[in-house]
Amino acid sequence: METKVKSACETCAHFNAEGLKKLGIKTDNFDFVVALAGNPNTGKSTVFNALTGLRQHTGNWPGKTVTRAEGGFEYNTQKFKLVDLPGTYSLLSTSDDEEAARDFILFGKPNVTVIVVDANRLERNLNLVLQILEITDKAILCLNLMDEAKRNNIHIDQRTLSRDLGIPVVATSARFNEGIPDLIQTISDMANGNIICKPHRIKNVPENIEAAVKKLSKEIEKEFPNIPNSRWIAFRLLEGDTQIINALKQGEFV
Amino acid sequence: MNQKNINHIIELSNELRWQIGDDFHDNLTESIYADAADIVKDTVQVDNSKKRFRLDSKIDKIVTSKIFGFPIMFLILAIVLWLTIIGANYPSSLLANLLLDTIHPALKEGAQVLSMPWWLDGFLIDGVYLAVAWVIAVMLPPMAIFFPLFTLLEDFGYLPRVAFNLDSLFKKAGAHGKQALTMSMGFGCNAAGVVATRIIDSPRERLIAIITNNFSLCNGRWPTQILIATIFIGAVVPSSFSSLASLMAVIGIAILGMAFMFTVSWALSKTILKGEVSTFNLELPPYRPPRFWKTIYTSLIDRTLIVLWRAIVFAAPAGAVIWLISNMYIGNESIASWTINSLDGFGFLLGLNGVILLAYIVAIPANEIVIPTILMLTVLVTGIAGGSGAGVMFELDSVSATGDILRAGGWTLLTAINLMLFSLLHNPCSTTIYTIYKETKSVKWTVFASIMPVVLGFIVTFLVAQFWRLLS
Repeated sequence: METKVKSACETCAHFNAEGLKKLGIKTDNFDFVVALAGNPNTGKSTVFNALTGLRQHTGNWPGKTVTRAEGGFEYNTQKFKLVDLPGTYSLLSTSDDEEAARDFILFGKPNVTVIVVDANRLERNLNLVLQILEITDKAILCLNLMDEAKRNNIHIDQRTLSRDLGIPVVATSARFNEGIPDLIQTISDMANGNIICKPHRIKNVPENIEAAVKKLSKEIEKEFPNIPNSRWIAFRLLEGDTQIINALKQGEFV
Repeated sequence: MNQKNINHIIELSNELRWQIGDDFHDNLTESIYADAADIVKDTVQVDNSKKRFRLDSKIDKIVTSKIFGFPIMFLILAIVLWLTIIGANYPSSLLANLLLDTIHPALKEGAQVLSMPWWLDGFLIDGVYLAVAWVIAVMLPPMAIFFPLFTLLEDFGYLPRVAFNLDSLFKKAGAHGKQALTMSMGFGCNAAGVVATRIIDSPRERLIAIITNNFSLCNGRWPTQILIATIFIGAVVPSSFSSLASLMAVIGIAILGMAFMFTVSWALSKTILKGEVSTFNLELPPYRPPRFWKTIYTSLIDRTLIVLWRAIVFAAPAGAVIWLISNMYIGNESIASWTINSLDGFGFLLGLNGVILLAYIVAIPANEIVIPTILMLTVLVTGIAGGSGAGVMFELDSVSATGDILRAGGWTLLTAINLMLFSLLHNPCSTTIYTIYKETKSVKWTVFASIMPVVLGFIVTFLVAQFWRLLS
């Protein structure tokens, strides 16, 4: 069997390894809900397994997770429920899996959304990241597959990336359990309100659209003062998304 | 919440939508991409000597090439099966020795010491225990080899390449290219394959994938194919070629299954499930060296043991049922032999026999127990002295002994070939049927998916039997 070498993170005082308990599928009485989102085949299920101690079958092909998997872990006596969402490239069109992922982030209101991206294909993955950041302001970027990125000689400036996106960035190689302790600590910090994000909002929008969005989101904020994603709802309303219009009518955003 | 304000917001959005025009969606998408490009420009540096990408695409050029793609696919399948057939022999006979030759007599003695009534002893030890022991001895070794190998290939990233190779064939059949992935899952377990069809968005194409998944030889059927091919096909060639011949026979059946999958998909999409073929993006993920030991460990624990457990759970009651129908009499005849006799005529038409047909009825819960059931019923009918009473499986210590029993039961090469065909073409197991119902929520399609393969099986085996008898 594998011999587990304790990484520096696990032994350092900052990360409380003793405080971690992988709960598997026992997810009752949780304190926080954590969603795992990301493009297909970025290793979401591997991250999920690393966090929960479960052995959800993983495979090297996109679209492997077809059902929403749930699991849990306990960290410093707080229980976290983890939801592995189906992998999607975008939240803008309307296939079933995209809708499932979007609805969970939007209506399930997870305390933290971990966005798993492939460090080798950051630019393409950012498409989804930027969309999620319009919906929630409690997000962590999990820069996964760092081992492959290293082999491909890709260097990512994590600080600048974190500043640009306005959310914490954690580099991981989930297959080798690298960076997972750091990820757990960051999830815990964010859930407890120790990290406040200032998520990136989509720039580069043509002026006439930006003006319309501003006008509309101002009205939405008037009605729902505490809503974090008025701008995104404005985008969807301008698109004529009937599901969002209905949700608005039925007051699901309150 | 104020409904009036909400309506105001919606009206405002309708108004603004007119103003900004219909390229809003494209504009927004473009802005997102522009943002992404900006961010990446500042944060990502790529050293231009990116060697590994080239290696990946070099491998892809070979394994997805028009010339080598298919041969490589079959070669890999052949290697996996060959390792399974060769590798499973030794542990199999070891387990049979232990469970059937050592523990079974010990249990019988123990029962005698406890002076258990004969029917309880027969029911539990000869019925339930022997069925379970047989399943473990015969199923565990091939599964413990086949599953890890398959998982290694999966983790390596080969499956999407298979999908890529088969895409055009599926498209020609009017089905979805991702069906290649669900088909591959079906090679492990059809129920899993049916669940995996959720990756197909279009309901029409998904239904096709669900209905035809049964044509992927599942794990419950691989051992049957391998065993029968080893006994009968391997025997018709010189012994130095026998494992090669049985290997080719098994691969032939697997490929035939794929051919049926394409043909039936095509027929469905031309008749009751007409429609356009949808396009999709299939990402070819980078090759990832699998984490060897971890993969071996998880596929042993998760797949092998779970499937084995399922087999045992179904084999135990089936063993009991077999023992009961063999020991309950109507007049002078046991229920089992009465059923077998009445099915024999129909079985002959199909180049099979009544024993096989009854075995397939008993084995609806799990394909895994077809062979043990056949053996036990054969012993019952032929009255070979092998077991310790009616409806008792005998101590099966070698493949050749199994062959002797079957030949004594009147088996010929035709019976073997048609059994292999019928094992490919018959109803899905009850778990799969239930899964199909859960996924389609339609009794109609569930019934269709269950009956259609059996009907095909009847037709194919009937035709083969008639031609065989005509020519020989």
